[in-house]
Amino acid sequence: MAIDTTLRTATISVLVENEPGILARVVGLFSGRGYNIDSLTVAPVEDGRNRSRINIVTSGTDMIIEQIKAQLSRLVPVHRVADLSNEGPHIAREMALIKIIGAGEKRVEALRLAEAFRARVVDATTESFIFEMTGNTEKLDAFLELMRPLGLAEVSRTGVAAIARGTRII
Amino acid sequence: MSQTQTAPDAAQQPALQAGAEVLLRALKEQNVEVIFGYPGGAVLPIYDAIFNQNAIRHVLVRHEQAAVHAAEGYARSTGRVGCVLVTSGPGATNAVTGLVDALMDSIPIVCLTGQVPTHLIGNDAFQEADTTGITRPATKHNYLVKRSEDLARVVHEAFYVARSGRPGPVVIDLPKDILINPAPYTAAATTAHRSYRPQTEPDAGQIAKAVAALKGAKRPMIYTGGGVINAGPAASAALIAFTRKTGFPITNTLMGLGAYPANDPQFLGMLGMHGTYEANLAMHGCDVLLNIGARFDDRVTGRLNAFSPNSRKIHIDIDPSSINKNVPVEIPIVGDAGKAIAALIAAWDAEPGDVNRAALADWWKTIEGWRGIDCLKFHQDMTKGAIIKPQYAVQRLYDLTRESGRETYISTEVGQHQMWAAQYFRFDLPNRWMTSGGLGTMGYGLPAAMGVQVAHPAALCIDIAGEASILMNIQEMSTLAQYRLPVKVFILNNQYMGMVRQWQELLHGSRYSESYTAALPDFVKLADSFHGVGLRATSVDQLDDVIREMIASDRPVIADICVDQKENCFPMIPSGAAHNEMILGAGHESRAPGITDAGMALV
Repeated sequence: MAIDTTLRTATISVLVENEPGILARVVGLFSGRGYNIDSLTVAPVEDGRNRSRINIVTSGTDMIIEQIKAQLSRLVPVHRVADLSNEGPHIAREMALIKIIGAGEKRVEALRLAEAFRARVVDATTESFIFEMTGNTEKLDAFLELMRPLGLAEVSRTGVAAIARGTRII
Repeated sequence: MSQTQTAPDAAQQPALQAGAEVLLRALKEQNVEVIFGYPGGAVLPIYDAIFNQNAIRHVLVRHEQAAVHAAEGYARSTGRVGCVLVTSGPGATNAVTGLVDALMDSIPIVCLTGQVPTHLIGNDAFQEADTTGITRPATKHNYLVKRSEDLARVVHEAFYVARSGRPGPVVIDLPKDILINPAPYTAAATTAHRSYRPQTEPDAGQIAKAVAALKGAKRPMIYTGGGVINAGPAASAALIAFTRKTGFPITNTLMGLGAYPANDPQFLGMLGMHGTYEANLAMHGCDVLLNIGARFDDRVTGRLNAFSPNSRKIHIDIDPSSINKNVPVEIPIVGDAGKAIAALIAAWDAEPGDVNRAALADWWKTIEGWRGIDCLKFHQDMTKGAIIKPQYAVQRLYDLTRESGRETYISTEVGQHQMWAAQYFRFDLPNRWMTSGGLGTMGYGLPAAMGVQVAHPAALCIDIAGEASILMNIQEMSTLAQYRLPVKVFILNNQYMGMVRQWQELLHGSRYSESYTAALPDFVKLADSFHGVGLRATSVDQLDDVIREMIASDRPVIADICVDQKENCFPMIPSGAAHNEMILGAGHESRAPGITDAGMALV
């Protein structure tokens, strides 16, 4: 069988037992086996069942992504693993807090673009803004690119949270 | 309070015992009969509990690495979970090599490590180490018990995880206060684990596809590994039945030796880097390849893009992550090897039609041609005083152990002697061969043989060793003496790290950089000082007498067999070469040079 060497990006959601060390297990698996992590989010979900959801954006060939799924699945505290990008449509969002420092025309331009991108102003001084913006990774990247010449000083991004569209659950 | 009021409370609240007592009770429930361990400050409460009971035996090793290897030997020769107990800090870090060894070879181990009290964790306390952090990539799973009420549950769960699915080592880190404080006992859970439930039943549809592919084969090949051994003796019996039924040729990996009788005519010998010519050429030339419980390891496949290039591949493995990891396969089957082989037999019988017997006969003719090359032949000069060839030493060891009629278990260290043992000692039963396959740990063999001897007191347990490897855990001779374990150490002594020397000869212009050991000990005196028997053979005429005396002895023996220093391990697939580019030994015409610059960069 020929090996497909095309790289693709995958958004993988992992439902895990919420216990100490689980994030280290997942991250250690990626670093130990040489897989990429482009983005990672983790937080408890499903109150009362003691579970957390980890969303990982990674890239690799189909064979590597299958291998990542299999390796994650065999971790003892892992309940379920789903490759959202390969199992039908899904929604992926991240949030960013973006600090712009500047004055004059650039400051006005930054505010105008922020409105066009539906970013919210969550803090302002006479020399700075902090925008809060939610969207997919591409939208955030595009906005940050525009802000770069307009006084972009600091960014804090959450990483991707993702979920399948429709009635499908992982 | 009256008795009638307290009674319901007492029934609901399980009786409390010290944590160490609860631990031992849980180990008993898990049928632990022996612990290999070494005491220290953090585990003193456990040692106190051990002192006060007789059900579980403790074997005091001389180094924590050896404790894990001994437990591995115990586990591999019995099919049970091996149990280890070490202290915090250096006790735990010394155990790490053994844990990785067990992880790589899928050996079920539960390793109890001491830890500083919970309130000191993270304070750089005396003999504190981040054991769960250090052992996370060294184990299948690990636990830090921080609450007394979790203790019993965690112990039961650790044994379940160690033995289920693809077996492996599990660490339980036990802070000292948890061992002292009262803890409740809970019995092992009877319900399924909340997240870890490996699939053991093979999919019937995939089995049917596999049988269809196998029945359509003209040049079939069966390749089996440690998964068949781990699935228990019944899996080996099923493998024999299936192989005989089909008439197919079969090869075993280093880890899988003994699953199929080595003396059976359908067995082509071990495959891989130092496998037989016929096994590797059959792998290269087959049209349907059935892999049962092996993982397409780089020592087996050689250059991946030239590995078995024209075959349809079926892969049975209990670990889904082993499938399509190195080699893409057409028919993956996730499940226990024993259950899968049984399903293959049933489906084979149910499916009408037979394999093309004429084509199979032709295939066997081709294989017999390869076999005719006799790739393992060597020349032993039999004149009195002649130097002993290492291959001959292993062959005589095999012959004479068979002649003795004793139940024989073989362990090895790592290097040339290991490959010669795999090539020339022929295993007819599973669980008789203990070797460090994945990690390649020098110093494995002596403690592993010790663990085997503990499990099988009447059996003949032999560590086939090299003089370099044996020094890595030689201190265990003292353990052998203490427990009167009559392990035999059979050293093929060429004064070199033989495999290093061989690679330097073949790949580095014979520049033998640091591979010669000057000032070796006198192994005969060494044995004597460890209360054992030391024997030596320096020429071929002495060999049989030394082996016979070694076998007959009821004490630990070191047999120092001085062998030809220049001998290399052949056949060999050089790193980066394909199966059909093997180098044969002296006396054979080499088929292809095989060694490339790209291959030199590989290990």
